[in-house]
Amino acid sequence: MNTLQKWLGPVLFCTCLGGGLTLGWSATTDLNKKRSSEVAVLQNALYDQECGSCHFAYQPGWLPARSWDKIMTGLKDHFGENATLAAEPQRQLTDWLRVHAADHAQGGKIQKMVRSIPAQATPIRITEIPYFQKEHRKLPLRTWKENPQVRSLSHCATCHPQAKEGSFDEHAVRIPNFGPWKD
Amino acid sequence: MKSLFILIGWCCLWVVPVWAGPTQTILEGYRAAGAGDFSAARGQALYHKSFPGENPHEQRQCITCHHKDPKQPGQHPKTGKRIPPLAPSADPARLQDPAHVEKWFERNCTWTVGRSCTPQEKGDFLTFLLAL
Repeated sequence: MNTLQKWLGPVLFCTCLGGGLTLGWSATTDLNKKRSSEVAVLQNALYDQECGSCHFAYQPGWLPARSWDKIMTGLKDHFGENATLAAEPQRQLTDWLRVHAADHAQGGKIQKMVRSIPAQATPIRITEIPYFQKEHRKLPLRTWKENPQVRSLSHCATCHPQAKEGSFDEHAVRIPNFGPWKD
Repeated sequence: MKSLFILIGWCCLWVVPVWAGPTQTILEGYRAAGAGDFSAARGQALYHKSFPGENPHEQRQCITCHHKDPKQPGQHPKTGKRIPPLAPSADPARLQDPAHVEKWFERNCTWTVGRSCTPQEKGDFLTFLLAL
């Protein structure tokens, strides 16, 4: 009995530690796996507030740093609207976007996206990127441009229900007035 | 038990003025900047007034983006993004942060009216929203 009591504590401790490590490892692996095929989701309340109030808060991983620079220095005419920011949020958001931009993506859609951009090009619309256009080329105009509930491919979350969570899996696509999309 | 109700009642007396606090501070700021008495009716008229846009036939109004009933959510005409209701009675988070209020007045008055709004216009506008 004494021996059992003596070893029960350490045995239980090791079992819990082992279980915890295994769970932690698998969670990390799942996260990495998800991030290799999707776009990283980063929490930034300032970005959600300043940019996400008017449009879908496009994850910084969708564009290379040079594109974010061009967008952030041209906020006075931001696709026809004045979206200028105060100096401090302007600096903070530009830094954050540059650090998390697509340039250093390892594998997955984001790497394909960034590689499809010609070296001399600085797109400021994600919809201008060749890989993005290739992925959406089979969609007839009636499903988006002529669809009053979609109108533009820049409205990611209209058809990708998990866009905010960084998931753009085509099996999850639900087009308003059309339903799932089968490629 | 009776004393508990008295305590709750006492707390409620304080909650209402505290809740209206930030917006009242904003309005006092406009008065200090030269505005006179505020009018919900003038605020409502401004809310629905049309202003010429950049293109010949374009008209811009507050209700281009916000719902004609400020207690309902609006929608950004280009991006389709939902805009929470403006009336604090429909969205208690509204008009609680003076910096947020000023930022959006500046941005949206510039787009809609073509200039910054005056303290009088801003006070009338907020008074209209508070009355809903």
